Amino acid sequence: MMAGVGPSIEAVFREERGRLLAALVSRFGDLDLAEEVASEAIEAALVHWPSDGVPPNPGGWLMTTARRKAVDRLRRDRAYAARLAILQVEAERAGPAGPADHGEGELPDERLQLFFTCAHPALPAEDRVALTLRCLAGLTTQEVARAFLLPPATMAKRIVRAKKKIREARIPFRVPGADELPGRLPGVLQVIYSIFTEGYAASTGPDLQRLDLAEEAIRLARILRRLLPREREVAGLLGLMLLVHARHAARIGADGELVLLADQDRGRWDRAMIEEGQALVVAALKGGPPGLYGVQAAIAALHDEAADVATTDWPQIVALYDVLLALAPSPVVALNRAVAVAMRDGPEAGLALLDELAREPRLHGYQPYATARADLLHRLGRHRAAADAYRQAIDWAGTEPERAHLRRRLEECETCLREADD
Amino acid sequence: MKYMLLINSLGIDGEAGETSFEEWVAYDKSVRDAGVFVAGESLADLTTATTVRVSATGERTVTDGPFAETREILGGFYVIDVPDLDAALDWAARCPGARAGNVVVRPVAQFD
Repeated sequence: MMAGVGPSIEAVFREERGRLLAALVSRFGDLDLAEEVASEAIEAALVHWPSDGVPPNPGGWLMTTARRKAVDRLRRDRAYAARLAILQVEAERAGPAGPADHGEGELPDERLQLFFTCAHPALPAEDRVALTLRCLAGLTTQEVARAFLLPPATMAKRIVRAKKKIREARIPFRVPGADELPGRLPGVLQVIYSIFTEGYAASTGPDLQRLDLAEEAIRLARILRRLLPREREVAGLLGLMLLVHARHAARIGADGELVLLADQDRGRWDRAMIEEGQALVVAALKGGPPGLYGVQAAIAALHDEAADVATTDWPQIVALYDVLLALAPSPVVALNRAVAVAMRDGPEAGLALLDELAREPRLHGYQPYATARADLLHRLGRHRAAADAYRQAIDWAGTEPERAHLRRRLEECETCLREADD
Repeated sequence: MKYMLLINSLGIDGEAGETSFEEWVAYDKSVRDAGVFVAGESLADLTTATTVRVSATGERTVTDGPFAETREILGGFYVIDVPDLDAALDWAARCPGARAGNVVVRPVAQFD
């Protein structure tokens, strides 16, 4: 890329690609054509902008260029044009007036319908994630593949498969009506949150965090928040991710090792991000019944607001976990609640709750469960049982930094055992 | 665009919701009244089914069944013409068969 204009062109594309694609899909009703001409428009920009300068309305320029290329393409390929014409007629039959042609002005923001298409329940969950990153975050197939540590060919196949289903089963590009929205929005939020968790606590591979994915998820949630400002769970999700991500610098030690919440240098937490998250928690929880993301964001906020673990508002955190369990019972939430109870009432009380969960199939093989038990047993001075539980946790851990951390805990535990034996 | 709704009931051991004849009549009427009906039949009991196979040498084998080796039994179908998958899924969800078993929605292939 040429010096001088390079970075600004990159920035424009990063932000505009999803918008451009969504507007083209809305205009032509076809994802393949939209992707093709969006890429051509961006290539044209790469040729013209370095010499002619970035136009005053880059988005409008890209849209106009892409639309011309689409019209050319349809002139050349009559059969394709006929197929799209049928699509248009059908789309008009399906809903109220089709998208207006905005001419040369501002690029219209049609990304919401693309969010719902990419997260459509008729697509496999892994394809929804891949497609959302490709179409809305504007990542290349190679970038998506790298983020998931998959061969590019595998990811390309996944994206092709998803687009084929959209085309052939005719998954529509539309925003669900008010009556459908409560059923469909959680699917969109789930896609974004799974991108975040994938990036935040990489479940496989050598790196504990892949920051780019967490940041992509936050960027996607910001877009969605602008598109759906009244949906409180969107605020909750964005708030939750910011409040967790605010701690990321303190989460990894000097040697790349995992640092637990209790041991983190809270001075390294991102205060601006926490403040933004706190405001979103308020938006998420006022004006209606609490939602899953709003409550989880509130719990994250209580951690972020505390000076240390000892002065954390554990009674309030336990109360919020009770709300969460009532909304959506889950053994993982029950596990987190048990840990909070241990902080409020002592390790004995927490351990009793954990033992009640011992037969939950979903907690078998779940490293945080074994670790929580080990920690409580260790605090109770039951070192032999604690060491066994740490070994179990090491067995169940998915990443190398997690295992390294757990091995250190096990060594501490074994030291205590030897001292007790002496 | 045409979609086929394949209405499956669960085998004898399946936990099925209750549906009444009146519900099916009402559903059928709504499909026709909405103008989306292309075709549709309900199938006679599985015990009346017969299977035909023709071998590579052209030999015909006729067997009784199939019987409920499979948990899902195709009990009927509709072909509807609607704008997109979401509309087809809505019709599938309203079908009494979706409560008594499941409804598989398959786009009809287009060769153009």
